[in-house]
Amino acid sequence: MPVVLPTEMMKPVPTVTPYWIRKIIIEESKRANVGHIGSALSIVDIVAVLFDGELRSVGTNSPVRDRFILSKGHAALALYAALHLRGLISEEQMHTYCSDNSLLGVHPEHQLEGIDFSTGSLGHGLSFGAGVALSARLKGQDFNCFVLVSDAECNEGSLWETVMFAAHHRLSNLVAVVDNNGQQALGKTKDVIDLSPLADKWRAFGWNVHEVDGHDVDQLRDALSSLNTRKGPPSAIIANTIAGKGVSFMEGKVEWHYLPLSDEQYAQALEELEALSR
Amino acid sequence: MRRAFARTLGELARSDSRVILMTADLGFMVFEEFAEAYPSRFFNVGVAEANMIGLATGMASCGFLPFTYSIATFASMRPYEQIRNGPILHGLPVRIVGVGGGFEYGHAGITHHALEDLAIARTQPGLMVVAPADHLQAAAAFRATYDLPSPVYYRIGKRDDYVLPGLDGRFTLGAVETVREGEDILIIGIGSICSVAFEATEKCAASGVHATMCVVSSLRPAPVSDLSQLLSRFPVALTVEEHYVDGGLGSLVCEIAAETGARCRVVRCGVKALPSSIGGEACLRGAHGLTAWDICATALRAMGVEPR
Repeated sequence: MPVVLPTEMMKPVPTVTPYWIRKIIIEESKRANVGHIGSALSIVDIVAVLFDGELRSVGTNSPVRDRFILSKGHAALALYAALHLRGLISEEQMHTYCSDNSLLGVHPEHQLEGIDFSTGSLGHGLSFGAGVALSARLKGQDFNCFVLVSDAECNEGSLWETVMFAAHHRLSNLVAVVDNNGQQALGKTKDVIDLSPLADKWRAFGWNVHEVDGHDVDQLRDALSSLNTRKGPPSAIIANTIAGKGVSFMEGKVEWHYLPLSDEQYAQALEELEALSR
Repeated sequence: MRRAFARTLGELARSDSRVILMTADLGFMVFEEFAEAYPSRFFNVGVAEANMIGLATGMASCGFLPFTYSIATFASMRPYEQIRNGPILHGLPVRIVGVGGGFEYGHAGITHHALEDLAIARTQPGLMVVAPADHLQAAAAFRATYDLPSPVYYRIGKRDDYVLPGLDGRFTLGAVETVREGEDILIIGIGSICSVAFEATEKCAASGVHATMCVVSSLRPAPVSDLSQLLSRFPVALTVEEHYVDGGLGSLVCEIAAETGARCRVVRCGVKALPSSIGGEACLRGAHGLTAWDICATALRAMGVEPR
């Protein structure tokens, strides 16, 4: 019988939870010395809920797998973390984040298992997702397409082309989740292009809209499970979030769209995540 | 070629359920039959070309063969980034059909004159670029390429009543079609303006200069082998395109001539400046040195013969 050391017995097993995704984001962005940390932390809870049960047949080649498109590609590190926690990205590969000759860049590439669409240019993901949703209908297949867009991405006219199309064709199996963190690259959305009332805009375009706290996994789960993805209009979940969520000095700060972590900041960020997880 | 496209696609759709037709609100009196025969596979997406390409990319990722359609300017340029990041980046079989290249929408104005669509299409790796010369060749080209695994850009003309002499509807991807044999000069055309280029070869013959005329309808894959062989046989090659001279057929022929070390002078006939007026197709061709007389005179001068 193998001897199990007490420390190993106590070592926590990573799971697809917000805590582990945040921890990986902090560790990998520090190791790679890159930014976009605030954007990734903003979507952690949404990604955790989707990859912990909501998405069916994640990472398989099944033609009827649910699709997840990260249209705000600059938050890819959160997606990599979820794929890693689902066993689709090895630990070794995870550590190649933003290294030379890696597939794990700041924005996701479709060559990576579990990623259906390369993003990075905003305003492209929703139309791809609508095409996928339309295909499911034409083929009589039962799967859903989830597209995570950012609030500032709603500045892109191409997004609204799709919003109109999806409503007109009642693509009930298309779900847009809007990461409504109120920030964009050069400031607050209310100061750059005021989007409010954002939920009303989607509603006015004919979508079924839910507004939730995007960091409350129960609210996210309830909203997702309440959707009728077989009949009716497409759905939008306006997830009210905070950029940099979970690390006090990053929360709501535009600069964390860009900055890498110093050693002190890294230590503090990890400490705060540990404290939150207790 | 519009009707040739709609009719051929209808035939293909009958035997292949992957075929989808999407239009950005264009195709009056062209797509009615298709829409009636295959209502679940016809989508007027509205005036939204960017969304159309995104939708088509998503559908192609699920196994469909979506054909997207608009006027060549709107089909190729408005959603250029969607084309690049979608079907090109993902290697998906989206088809972009641009109607009315060059000055075919003459009176509609400069916003409707596609004079750079071939150039920008040609830069994208893996994108096939097909520009038939008449409606018979267009039908053959669609049949030959509709189910290629790679994305395709088609530039088609509006006319369905013209047949280029000697072409007989032949189309081979990556090859040229020779429609006239002569010993003195090589004339290479692409697209609808081949009709004018052919007329120019007749005028040249009347002045004692006999041209071989070939049609490049597959700009990508480029007919490198055929063109390099042809270029080795003539002292002068004249390219004819209803397109800016930079980036299209003329550029391709120059590249092949340079890369193969051909001892052949290349003279490019095409649009050299931003159009400054509107007018019918013939008028605009005249304004840009693209009538049969202009092309003939350019060819004769290149051969050292003073046009009469």
